[in-house]
Amino acid sequence: MAKIHVTATVNGDEVEFLCDPQQTLLDVLRDEMGLTGSKEGCGSGDCGACSVMLDGRLVCACLVLGAEVGGRAVETIEGMAKGEQLHPLQDKFLDLAALQCGICTPGVLIAAKALLEKNPDPSETEARFWLAGNLCRCTGYDKIIRAVLETASDMRAK
Amino acid sequence: MDDMRYEAPETIDAAVALLAGAGGDVRVLAGGTDILVQLRAEMIEPALLVDVKRIPEMMSITAEDGGFRIGAAVPGAELGEHQALKKAWPGVVEATELIGSTQIQGRASIGGNLCNGSPAADSVPALFVAQAMVGVAGPKGRREVPVAEIVTGPGKTSLAKGEIVVSIFLPARPEHSGDAYLRFIPRTELDIAVVGAGIDLTLDEGGVCVDARVALGAVAPTVLMVPEAAEALVGTKLDDAALDKMAQAASAACRPIDDKRGTKEFRIKVAGVMARRAARIAYKRAGQN
Amino acid sequence: MVMNLTRESSASDEDLKIVGTRPRRPDGVDKVTGRAKFGADLTLPGMLVGKTLRSPHAHALIKSIDTSKAEALAGVKAVVTRDDFPDMPVEYASAGELVINFYDVTRNMMAREKVLYDGHPVAAVAAISEAIARKALKLIEVKYEILPHVIDVVEAMAPDAPLLHPEQFTQGVEPTPKKASNIAKRVEFSKGDIEAGFKAADIVVEREFNTQPVHQGYIEPQACVVSTTEDGQVEIWTSTQGHFVYRAHCARLLNMDIAKIRVTASEIGGGFGGKNNVYGEPLAIVLSRKSNRPVRMVMSREEVFRATGPTSGANIKIKMGCKKDGTITAAQAELNFQAGAFAGSSVPMAAMCTFTRYDLENLEVVGHDVTVNRPKVAAYRAPGAPIAVFGVESVIDEMAKKAGIDPLDFRLKNAAREGTKAYYGPTFGPIGYVETLEAAKKHAHYKAKLGKDQGRGVATGFWFNIGGETSTSLMVNEDGSVTLTLGTPDVAGGSRAAMAMMVAEEFGIAYDKVRPVIGDTSALGYNFITAGSRATFASGMASVQAARQAIGILCERAAKTWDVPAEGVLWENGHARPASSNVGEFEPLSLADIAKVAGKTGGAIAGHAEINPKGAGPGFGTHIVDVEVDRETGRIKILRYTVVQDAGKAIHPAYVEGQFQGGAVQGIGWALNEEYIYGPDGRLQNPGFLDYRMPVASDVPMIDTVIVEVANPNHPYGVRGIGEVPIIPPMAAIANAVENAIGIRFETLPMSPPRVLAAIDAAAAGNGKG
Repeated sequence: MAKIHVTATVNGDEVEFLCDPQQTLLDVLRDEMGLTGSKEGCGSGDCGACSVMLDGRLVCACLVLGAEVGGRAVETIEGMAKGEQLHPLQDKFLDLAALQCGICTPGVLIAAKALLEKNPDPSETEARFWLAGNLCRCTGYDKIIRAVLETASDMRAK
Repeated sequence: MDDMRYEAPETIDAAVALLAGAGGDVRVLAGGTDILVQLRAEMIEPALLVDVKRIPEMMSITAEDGGFRIGAAVPGAELGEHQALKKAWPGVVEATELIGSTQIQGRASIGGNLCNGSPAADSVPALFVAQAMVGVAGPKGRREVPVAEIVTGPGKTSLAKGEIVVSIFLPARPEHSGDAYLRFIPRTELDIAVVGAGIDLTLDEGGVCVDARVALGAVAPTVLMVPEAAEALVGTKLDDAALDKMAQAASAACRPIDDKRGTKEFRIKVAGVMARRAARIAYKRAGQN
Repeated sequence: MVMNLTRESSASDEDLKIVGTRPRRPDGVDKVTGRAKFGADLTLPGMLVGKTLRSPHAHALIKSIDTSKAEALAGVKAVVTRDDFPDMPVEYASAGELVINFYDVTRNMMAREKVLYDGHPVAAVAAISEAIARKALKLIEVKYEILPHVIDVVEAMAPDAPLLHPEQFTQGVEPTPKKASNIAKRVEFSKGDIEAGFKAADIVVEREFNTQPVHQGYIEPQACVVSTTEDGQVEIWTSTQGHFVYRAHCARLLNMDIAKIRVTASEIGGGFGGKNNVYGEPLAIVLSRKSNRPVRMVMSREEVFRATGPTSGANIKIKMGCKKDGTITAAQAELNFQAGAFAGSSVPMAAMCTFTRYDLENLEVVGHDVTVNRPKVAAYRAPGAPIAVFGVESVIDEMAKKAGIDPLDFRLKNAAREGTKAYYGPTFGPIGYVETLEAAKKHAHYKAKLGKDQGRGVATGFWFNIGGETSTSLMVNEDGSVTLTLGTPDVAGGSRAAMAMMVAEEFGIAYDKVRPVIGDTSALGYNFITAGSRATFASGMASVQAARQAIGILCERAAKTWDVPAEGVLWENGHARPASSNVGEFEPLSLADIAKVAGKTGGAIAGHAEINPKGAGPGFGTHIVDVEVDRETGRIKILRYTVVQDAGKAIHPAYVEGQFQGGAVQGIGWALNEEYIYGPDGRLQNPGFLDYRMPVASDVPMIDTVIVEVANPNHPYGVRGIGEVPIIPPMAAIANAVENAIGIRFETLPMSPPRVLAAIDAAAAGNGKG
């Protein structure tokens, strides 16, 4: 099949791209748009390193075809900060050293942001289960969870 | 695989026409959380992928006859957000919500979970005990099929060429009834069920069980309805003796395999344990209705 | 210049301004915004996709390889097989903490006579798209003659086992055997009289343990981009723990000058020892040469599992004896480690760490390095030690229980201390083992209440830590800011921060005035791998040396400006100032003041260090874990976990805590669910994150940490390496906790639910082993 022409919104910008039917959204973001912030850790939806928002839902970009996002809105890690202003989660992750090698970090931040938008006051257990789809091998999750809970608290106080 | 076509019809009829008319392997793309994994692993090489997510009927949840009709491609996350559905069928919703991670939940659907035909599919035991009906559309029109008749073996369905699952209907919930689904996995999330148990109970005014269904997943080539286990509960208040009998019947019905997720003995033993635990939860929910 | 870089040469703890605080790391914003570039994130114009064809057999002769159809496929620009790579002689070199042999390395990278594991590379292609590359692989025809295979280490040691290497004769045995064997090497440490030691014991415990291979589990698969020129230059961008080592290995494997290869270390998405060896880089170099285009090679997750090195699975036998009062009188271990397809497991290091936590009179450790038809093992965080210590710390626990002595007290009684001579050679200087045991005893965790089916276990770990060749350079820029060029890739994140903190402390300037960067291989002299818990110790020491050299020059320039002798100038609080009023009355000069006129006073101001520091301080840790066992399903839940470890000096405490926590959770995964599962055909059945079960966020609780600081006197800030010790104790600690909870001792890892439930049922039927 010839390439499919897709128009979608990525991080608020209207984009157009061509993709093969079997190319995933992750392939398209990284290879067609140069948005390499979303990572491939497994290619099978088991690690969450490719987490993005699709029409407001947290998904693995490796399990979505590029062709499927026509007319839809995608949000990636590159859109999380507003200009130079980091999202409170990004700031907190830096302050609490909630990342080590950083490869899982974009996926974790996207997932954590989705959590706080849905549930501004998660318990530790709720945060852990929500983030269970984001594998991290470096941190043991401790500082990640602390950062998410503390950010939730900060954001509620505002 | 480079010759794979992708189509996104906007009506059921258009989808049926595509499925009926295609040569070679055709796959329906709902959430994609099984299809894309299989594509990537080259386990399937379809000539055509039919994306059904642009068809409103497949993406909606509507109240119907006191129950609910759930579009086959509705993501699990949406089921979890539907308060009325959750209240009526907590077992079905919690079963669906156990499929994979939060990210998987953003896409995975009951229709896909069912039609993928995995013996370990989480939503299916709950659908069995709910006595769900499956709305099917095909070249010859529409029909309603009991959920137990859809999957015929691992990865196989009874659907004819051109047929597609459009919706799953959960009937009105009788008074004093409740459902529950529990599964065993080695970690706390992400794993494929090693054993799954779905239970639905109806009680009388005095709390005695008058009707029950027990279904087990991941212990046979397809999900198993276990009437003997259900019978063990009927006429009881789920005292320990009744639960023991049920658990034994559940274990006895298992025909599991040894694989990288569990041994035969383990599955047989834990089937009983999960059935017992799920029954207790269903009983509590039934008592609250 | 012999510089004093001991702890005494620096400010005392109370006077430290930056070291010991928690600033943001310099690469942090890049990591949280997705800007940071990892191995697969670089694109070059005209870049091709490289893919590898891998053996589907565990053991087979390669009869023929026909690549003609693949080469003819439109879009394929190059194909390589064994014919494209020179054979290598038997020649040993270092790769992180393991020793490699180039004869084997070239065969692991691309099979020559035979394939030795499921996943062994047989050919590779470069094509204009991934789809075409995959198609091309399918068109390569390989004829195999399948041979019997062996994957179990004990079976492989038997004289009639299928033989992997007909030219492998066991080293370390006198006389060298005449019959080839899968046992590549025997190592031994012994001391005193082991028989007498057992005779003197009141209590003797003997157990045999079995563990499976586990993978480091880094979330970023191996990835590299290689570009070559017509005149033989090679540029490599790769995810690596040691770009200088990768350069050296690529040069050797391809018979090239080292200077013709330039390697840039990308940001690395986890290594833990698994990225100490080249895999795709040499293949990509030749593909790039043949196609005259850049080539990117990225492993899929399945390839990572099938074909990169996990750590060894092992069979170990431990026998120990002690008196009634808890004094250990004899300690004996036999460690049989899988090396995978080629010799060179971590058994020698495991042997060094087996009993080292204790001051013992009589001991014997024998280790066997055994080839089996599995991927060649790679280092995994304290390579080998977690396996040996699983056995030893379990047996210690059993002895303590039989003697009726608290498990921490038992260990305190026998603990290695300053002055203890370790059986593998060195005498310990100041060490913190006792301090970690005592801190664990005092910790609230040790007193927390336990309920039904809950239990508590402790275990300890030791790693020697290394120094290693290190090269660092530092520039004072014209405005007084400082650029620090490091050669140790920042694997876990945090080491760039730690180096900048030490340098800022040395100069007496603000932390953000020092910009650390990881230089490529053309920027510095040789740097050994970031491994062995060495970066903060060795790169730190080199950074401090470079800073002090630059400070010396700054003082000389000030002296020149003031026209006074150089000895009359000292450095204090970020300024050069007269050493006394005798020298003269001069306003202090800052880095900026001096650097601004550097061109006039002699040129740019720089410092550098090329060192191989000795005196890396050994690390010790004590862990406490509480578990709850579900008797009906066999599932083990971790309720509480505490890591107590001696860091010498925590330059940046948050990153030290992070290492403690990350290593502990890897150990938890190793204990509970991680294992390689093979079928009877010798093929790996779980090469993915779905069925290779690493801990997820909901599997573990918060990991409490206690940083003990017994300064390493050999480092200017007292640093000891800390990265490896945390993974050593968890398996034994958890096994001990499970025994405490349900009275069953597990001798096989992982303690997955089916194993645990089977053991519970067997115990109920009257047989108490796991």
